[in-house]
Amino acid sequence: MNLIHPLGKLLVCVLYILVVASFNKYDLQGMILMAVFPVFGFVAGELSFKEGVYRMRLILPLVLFVGIFNPFFDREILFYIAGTAKELSAGAEATGGIPVTGGLVSMLTLMLKGFYCVLSAYILIATTSIEEICYALRKLHIPKVIVMVILLIYRYFGLMGNEADRIATAYALRAPSQKGINYKAWGPLVGQWLLRSMDRAGVVYESMVLRGFRGEFWSKARGFKPSDMVYAIAWTVIFLAIRFGSGYFF
Amino acid sequence: MHMADALVAPAVAGTMYVLSASAAGVSVKKVREENDPKKIPVMGVMGAFVFATQMLNFTIPGTGSSGHLCGGMMLSAILGPYAGFLTMIGVLLVQCLLFADGGLLALGCNIWNMAFYGCFVGALLIWRPIMKKGATRGKIILASILGCILTLQMGAFSVTIETLLSGVTELPFSVFVATMQPIHLAIGLVEGLITAAVLVFIHEARPELLWGVGESAEVKEGKLSLKGTVIALAVAAAICGGAISLFASSFPDGLEWSMEQVAGTTELEADGGVYDTAAGIQESTSLLPDYAFKNSESAVGTSFSGIVGALVVVGVMVGASYAFKFFKNKDSANAA
Repeated sequence: MNLIHPLGKLLVCVLYILVVASFNKYDLQGMILMAVFPVFGFVAGELSFKEGVYRMRLILPLVLFVGIFNPFFDREILFYIAGTAKELSAGAEATGGIPVTGGLVSMLTLMLKGFYCVLSAYILIATTSIEEICYALRKLHIPKVIVMVILLIYRYFGLMGNEADRIATAYALRAPSQKGINYKAWGPLVGQWLLRSMDRAGVVYESMVLRGFRGEFWSKARGFKPSDMVYAIAWTVIFLAIRFGSGYFF
Repeated sequence: MHMADALVAPAVAGTMYVLSASAAGVSVKKVREENDPKKIPVMGVMGAFVFATQMLNFTIPGTGSSGHLCGGMMLSAILGPYAGFLTMIGVLLVQCLLFADGGLLALGCNIWNMAFYGCFVGALLIWRPIMKKGATRGKIILASILGCILTLQMGAFSVTIETLLSGVTELPFSVFVATMQPIHLAIGLVEGLITAAVLVFIHEARPELLWGVGESAEVKEGKLSLKGTVIALAVAAAICGGAISLFASSFPDGLEWSMEQVAGTTELEADGGVYDTAAGIQESTSLLPDYAFKNSESAVGTSFSGIVGALVVVGVMVGASYAFKFFKNKDSANAA
């Protein structure tokens, strides 16, 4: 997975998310079929499923909030599990069985959509470095300034972490018996953190300019190999086949 | 506030991508015109700062909920609307790619909801008018709190509209709005106070870092006046509102729209031929043929046996993936 061209991986990931999001809210079987991509990614990329699920914690609350009410508002019964073979559309009533409402199906579909999209994005980032993703973004003609800001945010994040650590240590040494940081000190501390980081970032940037940086991070150009092409085309065909053809086969 | 991919339909996501890309295009042009290389590291640091602060959730008292800083007002108060907007795009992209916080498909929505209002509305309609005669401690606090509350309210309202237009929830509009707006009022207030505390410190320590302070006297020609800005933003809001509703109501699903263009229908149904054959195969091979369905021609288009069939395919795929891995490892071992 790591050897596949980053542009191919990015495009396949975006297409996958687009197709997943386009499914009808009641199309549970199509959604289940769409699991093939994350399954392949996790197995072939030898990724930790636990880590992928851990990433869900950030988006899960909103998805849960939006979906959890569906069973209460949409109570139309779509089908019965373990009922009789009688077709309800013919007017006969099902005897026994567990009724499954539209709200329940749409809630499950929505949760699967959220789950898949996060997992596919995780597969992309776990098998592609930030430099490679930025390289792919440049290939897609995303403006240089945006790509540069992404790379700088990524690099300065560590720098800011170091500064924060120093400030927290200094505060703890000055206030040894105090639990946490007093709320009155938050503004100056955070402001100081920002100013010190800016100064350091300015020095780092000047050093980069002195060493020949002219606003472009150069990446090693990579050609699109036949295997990259097969990867992209095969997944495109599979996604579209599931999207438009799942109803024919099941 | 970050929307997940599951919450947006492709048509809504596409519309928001176009709108956000347009604002980004204008911002890239403006930043290029400014041609201030010293701004680049500041953009990077501010981006990392907002990124870090967005990771820190604070509890909203009495609600059992929590929120995090959005950061649009803080960015625009230091970088201005254009560089601030681009920085926020960078933050949202990194979050979406590294932390799966906010989806790739929903990125256009997130940029609009969190960056556009915070940076453009916050900077041009709130920060600059208040600071036009110079900054004071009181003015900074007022602009920060007002800006954060208003822009977060706009963002939260947009989230509601985008989710409802996408048709993924059965929540009535009134319930959704009544839940989203008050909680973001509280989040906006806390964000406003934190933003004010940081900006007041910067004003006292390095006032030259603040954007748009005391520039009214020398408002350069060609820049939009407050009235012009209000009109431009109102027109933009009307266009985007119209565009979303047009797309959402006419084309609820981009792929279905494509199907309609190609096949003349959004439903892939056919009598006879392949359909009947497939139906026959399904009937004879279905693992669970005794489940009863309410309406086989409903929009659901699904059945429990279909779901089980799909699970079987996924099971086969798991096996195939392990086979792929097995042969890959074997090849590697042979090569070694």
